[in-house]
Amino acid sequence: MGFWFSESHTDNVKLNILVDEQLYSRQSNYQKIDIFQSREFGRVLTLDDVIVLTEKDEFIYHEMLIHPAMAVHPAIRRVLVVGAGDGAALRELCRYPDIEAIDVVEIDGTLVEACQEYLPSCAVGYSDPRVTVHIQDGLKFIRRLSDVYDLIIVDSTDPFGPGEVLFTKEFYGNCYKALREDGIMINQHESPFYSYEADAMKRAHRRIKESFPIHSVYQAHIPSYPSGHWLFGFASITFDPLKDLDAERWNALNIPTRYYNTDLHRGAFYLPNYVKDMLGEGR
Amino acid sequence: MLDQQRAPVWEALEEMRREKLVPFDVPGHKRGRGNKDLMDFLGERCLSVDVNSTKYLDSLCHPTGIIAEGEALAAEAFGATAAYFMVGGTTASIQAMIFSTIREGDKLILPRNVHQSVINALVISGGIPVYVNPQVSERLGIALGMSVAEVRAAIEENPDARAVFVNNPTYYGICSNLREIVACAHAHGMKVLCDEAHGAHFYFGEGLPVSGMKAGADMAAVSMHKSGGSLTQSSFLLCGPGLDPDYVRQIIGLTMTTSGSYLLISSLDISRRGLALNGREVFEKVKQYASYARDEIRQIGDYLVYSDELINGDTIFDFDTTKLSVNTRDLGLAGIEVHDILHDEYDIQIEFGDLSNFLAYISIGDKTKNIERLIGALYEIRRRYKRAAGQGFSYEYMAPRLVLTPKEAFWAKKHPVPLKEAAGLVSAEALMTYPPGIPLLAPGERITQEIVDFIHSSREKGCVLTGTRDITAQTIQVVG
Repeated sequence: MGFWFSESHTDNVKLNILVDEQLYSRQSNYQKIDIFQSREFGRVLTLDDVIVLTEKDEFIYHEMLIHPAMAVHPAIRRVLVVGAGDGAALRELCRYPDIEAIDVVEIDGTLVEACQEYLPSCAVGYSDPRVTVHIQDGLKFIRRLSDVYDLIIVDSTDPFGPGEVLFTKEFYGNCYKALREDGIMINQHESPFYSYEADAMKRAHRRIKESFPIHSVYQAHIPSYPSGHWLFGFASITFDPLKDLDAERWNALNIPTRYYNTDLHRGAFYLPNYVKDMLGEGR
Repeated sequence: MLDQQRAPVWEALEEMRREKLVPFDVPGHKRGRGNKDLMDFLGERCLSVDVNSTKYLDSLCHPTGIIAEGEALAAEAFGATAAYFMVGGTTASIQAMIFSTIREGDKLILPRNVHQSVINALVISGGIPVYVNPQVSERLGIALGMSVAEVRAAIEENPDARAVFVNNPTYYGICSNLREIVACAHAHGMKVLCDEAHGAHFYFGEGLPVSGMKAGADMAAVSMHKSGGSLTQSSFLLCGPGLDPDYVRQIIGLTMTTSGSYLLISSLDISRRGLALNGREVFEKVKQYASYARDEIRQIGDYLVYSDELINGDTIFDFDTTKLSVNTRDLGLAGIEVHDILHDEYDIQIEFGDLSNFLAYISIGDKTKNIERLIGALYEIRRRYKRAAGQGFSYEYMAPRLVLTPKEAFWAKKHPVPLKEAAGLVSAEALMTYPPGIPLLAPGERITQEIVDFIHSSREKGCVLTGTRDITAQTIQVVG
């Protein structure tokens, strides 16, 4: 039989996924967490009824979140991941032997526990000894730090729930301060397609621009997200995402990926005209 | 003992909504159906209870039903003999306190740093102000409370005064020794009036300064819409046993609308219920938020966060620890600059910024993540904007020289003169500078050269001048 999980993408558009079983449901101190078993997408994690990941397409999101920065900056040793309760961003980071330490700041400990139990293919990242988990507010964790990290990954939910602080200027400014002098910040940058996400996307870009000298946006196709067209932000102090791409070095690492490669890296930074217009960048 | 679970106005409006009456009475929007734009904007639930006073919904001017019940519940919750739903803001409550106690020619003892509405009420009633010097903290650049010795001296020098007016607390959270002032005033047959525009929570929280009614004051004007959670413009006037409640109702009626808004009245009723049932826990939480924010902001450096450690037994007899007041002198930025940067760059609106302080209002409606945002933004402002530390603020109290009563001066024949040429003349209006938030002139006072010089130097330092008819404060209205 099964039943349909529905997510409203706008007031007039819905995505429906046929679900066989609800594996987990709990209201944490911050959000409602549900995990479903679906036929098409495997397990599906939702927060406040919005899909955060599915087993079928999370590799796209997480590879694109991690590998572009790793292929640009040649010496990433210390990494901070903000958000990422599911652990899949850690899984990708842990493929790099040169990374020495990964701090994870996730506000919702219940989410981490749920993913460890029901999404082992993502949460595998937590078992690496280089990973230290801090259950704390991301902004609070970062505001005291300066000159610590080579890479900060902002793996946030939408800016309409607990993830809101991770889209603010004070947060980006504090990230800038917490980075070393050639550091990079990558963030989940919402979508340009529907106005709800697009407004958040434009605001985030404006705030990042005010804090970082180099600020680019790149894209990927993530079928389970509204419109499927999703963006990431590449903000950096010295490295340029295209000029400083070292394809040879990255390919020599032999990192197994299903979506990312260094040709796609170049292409991902070439944006459609309507997106360029939204970002206020010249065509 | 009344049942504080009850909220008679709220209950009656809910019942009215269920009855689906056909309205052939005002307001003409008829539950919003006649004004679609307004309905879309405010919502049907809101407009369906924007109704008129009727036999079933009682009348604010002549309460005998649900409004009388709601006021009785409020009186009990606040420990007062009588309470009144006020729909003209706390300004209306202040006016009612003064009109109830001060007639033409009566004296009122009051601190100089009173709210503008107090001086305005004297302009209408014809009372004579007798000012007590609030001390000023030079380090912080703010006005403090009244010292008991100075209040006692003013009472003894003016045995014919009818009442003493007390800020409980000031905008910055500072309290005078209210119990001692009440004892002294009552011993001389004077009433005590409390401006509790920033003190509604004193009635419900623990470990907070004493409330007016508890300290034995005769009347209190309580801004329920600030810390109490009701709608803007709603307020409670409270009375102790020393006043005739029917006379006070008559006084309120002098200036009150006869179309009191049921949105405002029900918001007072609902908020009173909430505070009576849960106020203690709510304000415990507010205190915790403020205390957490203070500790975190102290660690940033350069922000001087102050609280009850200021208490000195007299001019700072007590401090409201729900207030988050921060001095920015060592940061080299004016409080108003921090206020503006927070708004313009970080989408954060704080309550107030003056030359060297800012105030972030913490309340019942706050969330941890917003407090984290404020703290994070203050880190960023220090990193990006810090300058050399600023100067202290020196202020010498200039005792006002009353020539005419505020009423005589305000309504007298008057004309504008440039401020710098005004020395020696009698002001027909008030003039205030922030900081320190103390009126330099009230109507009827002699303008001295000292005041003219002070205004000039305040303007140069970037203080804000307010109160004059001339909005740029280049000229002042003088009598004659």
